[in-house]
Amino acid sequence: MANIPHDATNTAPPAELGEMELYHPKSWWTKYVFSQDAKIIAIQYAVTALAIGFVALVLSWLIRLQLGFPNTFTFIDAERYYQFITMHGMIMVVYLLTALFLGGFGNYLIPLMVGARDMVFPYANMLSYWIYLLAVLVLVASFFVPGGPTGAGWTLYPPQAITSGTPGDEGGIILMLVSLILFIIGFTMGGLNYTVTVLQARTRGMTLMRMPLTVWGIFVATIMALLAFPALFVAAVMMLFDKLLGTSFFMPTLVEFGEQLSYGGGSPILFQHLFWFFGHPEVYIVALPAFGIVSDLISTHARRNIFGYRMMVWAIVIIGALSFVVWAHHMYVSGMHPYFGFWFATTTLIIAVPTAIKVYNWVLTLWRADIHFTTPMLFALGFIVTFVNGGLSGLFLGNVVVDVPLSDTMFVVAHFHMVMGIAPILVIYGAIYHWYPKVTGRMLSEALGKFHFWVTFVGAYLIFFPMHYVGLMGAPRRYFETSDIMVLPDSAITLNAFMSIAAFVVGFAQMVFIFNVVWSLKNGKEAGGNPWRATTLEWQTPKTPPEHGNWGKELPIVYRWAYDYSVPGAPEDFVPQNQPAAATQGAPS
Amino acid sequence: MLVALMMVLVVVGSIVFHFLSPWWFPPLASNWGYIDDTTVLTFAITGAVFAAVVLFMAYCLYRFRHKEGNKATYEPENRRLEVWLISLTTGGVIAMLAPGLFVWAQFISVPDDAMEVEVIGQQWLWNYRLPGEDGRLGAADNRFVTFDNPLGISPHDPAGQDDLVVIGSDLYLPVDRPIRFALRSVDVLHNFYVPEFRAKMDMIPGSSTYFWATPTKVGTYEILCAELCGVGHSYMRGIVHVVTQEEYDDWLVLQRTFAEF
Repeated sequence: MANIPHDATNTAPPAELGEMELYHPKSWWTKYVFSQDAKIIAIQYAVTALAIGFVALVLSWLIRLQLGFPNTFTFIDAERYYQFITMHGMIMVVYLLTALFLGGFGNYLIPLMVGARDMVFPYANMLSYWIYLLAVLVLVASFFVPGGPTGAGWTLYPPQAITSGTPGDEGGIILMLVSLILFIIGFTMGGLNYTVTVLQARTRGMTLMRMPLTVWGIFVATIMALLAFPALFVAAVMMLFDKLLGTSFFMPTLVEFGEQLSYGGGSPILFQHLFWFFGHPEVYIVALPAFGIVSDLISTHARRNIFGYRMMVWAIVIIGALSFVVWAHHMYVSGMHPYFGFWFATTTLIIAVPTAIKVYNWVLTLWRADIHFTTPMLFALGFIVTFVNGGLSGLFLGNVVVDVPLSDTMFVVAHFHMVMGIAPILVIYGAIYHWYPKVTGRMLSEALGKFHFWVTFVGAYLIFFPMHYVGLMGAPRRYFETSDIMVLPDSAITLNAFMSIAAFVVGFAQMVFIFNVVWSLKNGKEAGGNPWRATTLEWQTPKTPPEHGNWGKELPIVYRWAYDYSVPGAPEDFVPQNQPAAATQGAPS
Repeated sequence: MLVALMMVLVVVGSIVFHFLSPWWFPPLASNWGYIDDTTVLTFAITGAVFAAVVLFMAYCLYRFRHKEGNKATYEPENRRLEVWLISLTTGGVIAMLAPGLFVWAQFISVPDDAMEVEVIGQQWLWNYRLPGEDGRLGAADNRFVTFDNPLGISPHDPAGQDDLVVIGSDLYLPVDRPIRFALRSVDVLHNFYVPEFRAKMDMIPGSSTYFWATPTKVGTYEILCAELCGVGHSYMRGIVHVVTQEEYDDWLVLQRTFAEF
């Protein structure tokens, strides 16, 4: 009955191929800097992503200063405000979330969790990071060019993205597009690695249906990214041509402050289709790894098998596939053909079904469990609340006619921050608290971790839950000045100030996290190899942190799925994946 | 304990906030009450789901928290339960989607007797064009935009000569008449949005888009640009006065035609 994933076996298929030879570093430089070890590359990705993410955090404070206390901080003028929101959005979505989930967690966890020695193409993997770093540096450079970074909004809609009424229309937008192009080139090298490694380098016995959901989430997200990013690549190249060479891919005949420009015949809507053909899958490129990781966090810390594993895998695959046919729900009021509304509203609401299944299964995993309220578990629980909240507000925006009044208002801002800002970031934190002991050999401080969780979770909810209602009242998003809008009562100004103060408090809590990560490196409690008593392979390495090549002389052999927690008859409440069935009496048949 | 309690507080707090806070849609001033109804229905369904999921989770967190000697139950799957949950969710989704699509069909079907008002956006101000005595708008294209012809009305189309041109000042609309807003832009994307009408649509240079609404309440409302259009975006405001037919006619005779412009 090996086709039922939760049945353990005591044999594994024979090895049919020899092991691949790894490059062995010859100097400090090739070991720690230009490293081909996925684990080092993962740390490089994670540190770079968190560093640029910190810039985005500071930008969010500046945004909230203006929204909460308009015209008090005179150094924030409209031009800067639009640059801040643009860079905040782009950094968070692409350079932090995508890079950290796939480049960071993907690199670290895929080889370890599937029982491989490294990624299949270590050299391309190394290049992937360095090109990503270059993309980040080009992005940062745009802060220092004349005119500053682009203020076109992270969606970069033409024509305004490249015309002179928009801040950063000289150097900023060019560097933004170049940086995106570099990012996609770098990602493609990493993404091919993650996909091929999962397909090709799994150890004996690690069938696809025995993989931990973390690997499933990252795997499907990577395939999606490989298919979706080319749309953005094309859009970025074409817009660069429009800007630099005067082509008119996206530019119709138009007048700029009384002057006829030489453009003509292009389509601004075409850009929007290309952008969202990437942009909507992008939401799930961030969400699916989070779904996978949170499943493993909940199962491990609740000491119970993930409920409905097969359904969880299929839900990931179905969500991944459906997310390619919903993109234009971002464009209900864009002026596209109105009949599109019927199709895209229907596909969008269909996605709610597999997504809801995932939520039910997380919660049902807690049913009759043995829940340990560790820091990773708290973050996972916080994720469920914010994700359910943000997912449900998505049903407003996905349902075409309900979207009409809400589109382009602060309701949308509240929705996507809850569902693809706060929710995945809570998972990232949970994952860092969970895997830090494997990466460094030491535990993070639980006391600081709990403080970090409560302030972040409660604070973020207090920022973004009321924000929905500001949008409902009619406040458009991307407004430098909202206080004088006629439909907004004075109490909305107070509410905005409240949300800003909550944002500063949440921001402060992130400093506590950074301190914890640095301080625990030397002073954290010794973790041992498997501090959470988890089943998956990364916790069964001979050394912690794992060495280059991960597994001593012999690769691990897998005999069971990743979720044998509290198996009846087993001596302990977890059975590692590399333990044969014979070793436990009374394993379920 | 604390965790379970906090989860309950999140649910109770959110519901109390929803019902007791003064923050809600501004009073409706158009025919789109159906949109409000669909929104309220969506609030009801999603609110119930949110409360049910988080409260059930809070119960689990309290009931199944770790105590010495506890052991979790091993139960990989439960087909019946999963099928039930899928069916219930599908039902809820249909309950929201069906009325939504029904109202969308109305939203995109302009009544035959609708009056045409063209709105032309430019960085960062609102202009309007109304049909003249011939009852229709002449052709227009951004190619024709000059200092003397800011809306790009075709000088070759005789139907355009009597069009009424309103540059940068307030718009007047008669109450209780369906209006088809034809939308254009001379430079970048804009979006014509009056919160009290509930409707909005992007304006695209090089194309003409539209939506329709019937203003139902006499009053003065603010027009907001709802699509980022450059550094002056948040200052791109306009005023629309919904007035009686007589007042509207009085306003109309004061407007200049394209030929006079």
